[in-house]
Amino acid sequence: MANAISIVQDREDKLIEELGFDDHFHEHEHGDKFKSNFITKYIFSMDHKIIARQFLITGMIWALIGAGMSLIFRLQLGFPEESMAWLRPLLGKWIEVNPDSGIGTLAPEFYYALVTMHGTIIVFFVLTAGLSGTFSNLLIPLQLGARDMASPLLNMMSYWFFFLASIVMFYSLFLSTGPFSGGWVAYPPLSALPQASDGSGTGMTLWILSLVFFVISVALGGINYVTTVLNMRTKGMSMWRMPLTIWAFFVTAILALLSFPVLVSGFLLLMFDRSMGTSFYLSEIFIGGQALDHVGGSPILYQHLFWFLGHPEVYIIILPAMGLTSEVLSVHCRKPIFGYKAMVFSILAIGFLSFIVWAHHMFMSGINPFIANFFVIFTLIIAVPSAVKVFNWITTIYKSNLRYNAASMFAIGFVSMFISGGLTGIFLGNSAIDIQMHDTYFVVAHFHIVMGVAAFFGMFAGVYHWFPKMFGRFMNETMGKMHFWGTLIGAYAIFWPMHYLGMAGVPRRYYRFDNFDTFSHFSEMNQFITIAAIITFGFQVLMFVNFFYSIWKGKKVTSKNPWGATTLEWTTPINVGHGNWPGKLPTVHRWAYDYGKNGEEFINQVEPLGEGETEDH
Amino acid sequence: MDLTIQENAGRNKIHPYKFAVWVGCGSILMMFASLTSAYVVRQAAGNWLEFQLPAIFKMSTLVILLSSVTLHASFIAFKKEKEKLYKSLLVVTYLLAILFFAFQYQGWVALAESGVPFTLNPSGDFIYVISWFHAAHVVGGLAALTVALIHAFGLKFNVTPKRKIRFELTLTYWHFVDFLWVYLFIFLSFYR
Repeated sequence: MANAISIVQDREDKLIEELGFDDHFHEHEHGDKFKSNFITKYIFSMDHKIIARQFLITGMIWALIGAGMSLIFRLQLGFPEESMAWLRPLLGKWIEVNPDSGIGTLAPEFYYALVTMHGTIIVFFVLTAGLSGTFSNLLIPLQLGARDMASPLLNMMSYWFFFLASIVMFYSLFLSTGPFSGGWVAYPPLSALPQASDGSGTGMTLWILSLVFFVISVALGGINYVTTVLNMRTKGMSMWRMPLTIWAFFVTAILALLSFPVLVSGFLLLMFDRSMGTSFYLSEIFIGGQALDHVGGSPILYQHLFWFLGHPEVYIIILPAMGLTSEVLSVHCRKPIFGYKAMVFSILAIGFLSFIVWAHHMFMSGINPFIANFFVIFTLIIAVPSAVKVFNWITTIYKSNLRYNAASMFAIGFVSMFISGGLTGIFLGNSAIDIQMHDTYFVVAHFHIVMGVAAFFGMFAGVYHWFPKMFGRFMNETMGKMHFWGTLIGAYAIFWPMHYLGMAGVPRRYYRFDNFDTFSHFSEMNQFITIAAIITFGFQVLMFVNFFYSIWKGKKVTSKNPWGATTLEWTTPINVGHGNWPGKLPTVHRWAYDYGKNGEEFINQVEPLGEGETEDH
Repeated sequence: MDLTIQENAGRNKIHPYKFAVWVGCGSILMMFASLTSAYVVRQAAGNWLEFQLPAIFKMSTLVILLSSVTLHASFIAFKKEKEKLYKSLLVVTYLLAILFFAFQYQGWVALAESGVPFTLNPSGDFIYVISWFHAAHVVGGLAALTVALIHAFGLKFNVTPKRKIRFELTLTYWHFVDFLWVYLFIFLSFYR
């Protein structure tokens, strides 16, 4: 087996040498053309592979912070009577300790800040930057046969704008008035009036500043991804030969470029309302008995602008995870992905539909019920391309020689999560049922499963699968499998019960429920969820340990193509230099999913079609 | 969508940087499209002051259109290696760009003096915010023009592919902010 793979590798090298495209990359200098020193190699790097790792590790740190916050508010919800005085060293004045009894309670306004920051951090910093930033950067040039992105400089700036956004947001956590606390959607008037709450002052200013930096980062990255996919493909790499990962990143980048600017417009008007006295969003409002000057604004206008980003945003999160899952499943099932073209068309359909469904987040905001019908129909139509994808994943797994490893298991876990969460979406997409469900834990359960946990599963599948390409070593399989089972069971244990809470009408974002008679019998369920969350968090710590341990001590990769995959990134050397291929660029002669064809286990994309062989999709 | 095989890698029909500028322009366009959509939605909600756009904005529209023409002529002169024409047209473009800002400023003053100061009513505020935001994007174009000017007078005249693409990027962006203003001007004039 090992011998066979090494023979295949020699053959791939020869093919690149014989048929490759000579772009005269290495003519002038030998070795590292970019002549980098430590700082330009590891810190201000323009190499897409280093930038990918920077995005990944920054995203992981944010994931730890964001998930850690959820543990604190879960403790509050599960055990509202317990003393939290032991958290005082971490949270300081946000834990109010009663001097007589010594019982510490979480400050209610900080509870809201935690919920807000948890959402902002996970949605934007982890699942947008950490997911598509990492894998778009790593895979687009490698799988397309490009030396780097179209503009490595813009790519580097994309990361550093994200870093700047991170610094500003991190700093806002330590303000004496606390970070922004009006919910991650930042609806006015809470976000527009600095006097509305503690967090609406400086906390909100920094929040908005951070997100503007973040949008710049996304835009710079997105321009690069789109341009690279359309212009930098190697010879023979037609659009229909691109792996599904690239299709997913490509459509994701287009969505980001079309939707994030709208968020900036929304923020622009918000900033004018906040500090210049305009009334775009603010209507007649009294605060503390004082009438404000604002007249006639429309808070719904902000919601339209926000959700015009907000809905594409959830596909910006999930599409890369879908792409990674498709690729990982195909490689580890040793089978072509089922329905390649259907997969591509459903990615395109989801991308298109994502722009005409935003008002399903606003059914209860007071929009016209007739307009709501329009959004219900298009929302439900999204189920069609989503179901096509699910069907194709399951058919790919069906009767395959599946390798049971952490990467493939997380990919299957993704499909499971996506089905469970997608089904509840059909409930919420109906404006009539939404009257009961909106703003309850049913919504929390739905979106956490379908775009939170599912996206994390796609990301984990990607990390375990491409770790050998990133660091030249494998992650530990045993710890990986433990991580998978812990996370799968744990995530369902956390979010499944929330559906029941939601159907019973338990509202989200409340500080405690034990003083409502209606909800007090759910206290054990809330305790269960909290304990499940703590245990699941423990498994993520295990993943961290595995990740950093494996970077330095993991099992070394000994062959270029350890998974026996067909895509171009596995024809590069084990430790790839800047420029990706040491000699010529590979040329592509077939699609990315030739597994089990003509009696071969896999045929790399650099292999020319044989006599009489047809390229099948 | 063109999904045909790209036969010649590295010899694309369009330079990647130029393509990237187009994509970036598309993104900026979305920002202004959403602002004008917000305008339409907000107007439909009522409490909307009605007034005419000051006439001075017609002058600024004319000026920025003219600057696009001169910049394009300068680019053609550059390609045809007519050094003098290229440099003088570039200077003319630069002066027209500054003139555009002067006219926009006068437009804002005229708007305030006509009884529509900032923060009076969203109908006026939208004009201020949209035109300020547009001006911020023209500042970016002005920065690119400044670099072009430094290149024109600082470097020895020489038509190289690298300088041609640089000039083309500036030209594309400048045409874009010009087109953008024409759109905004027509929108704000007629959608009262």
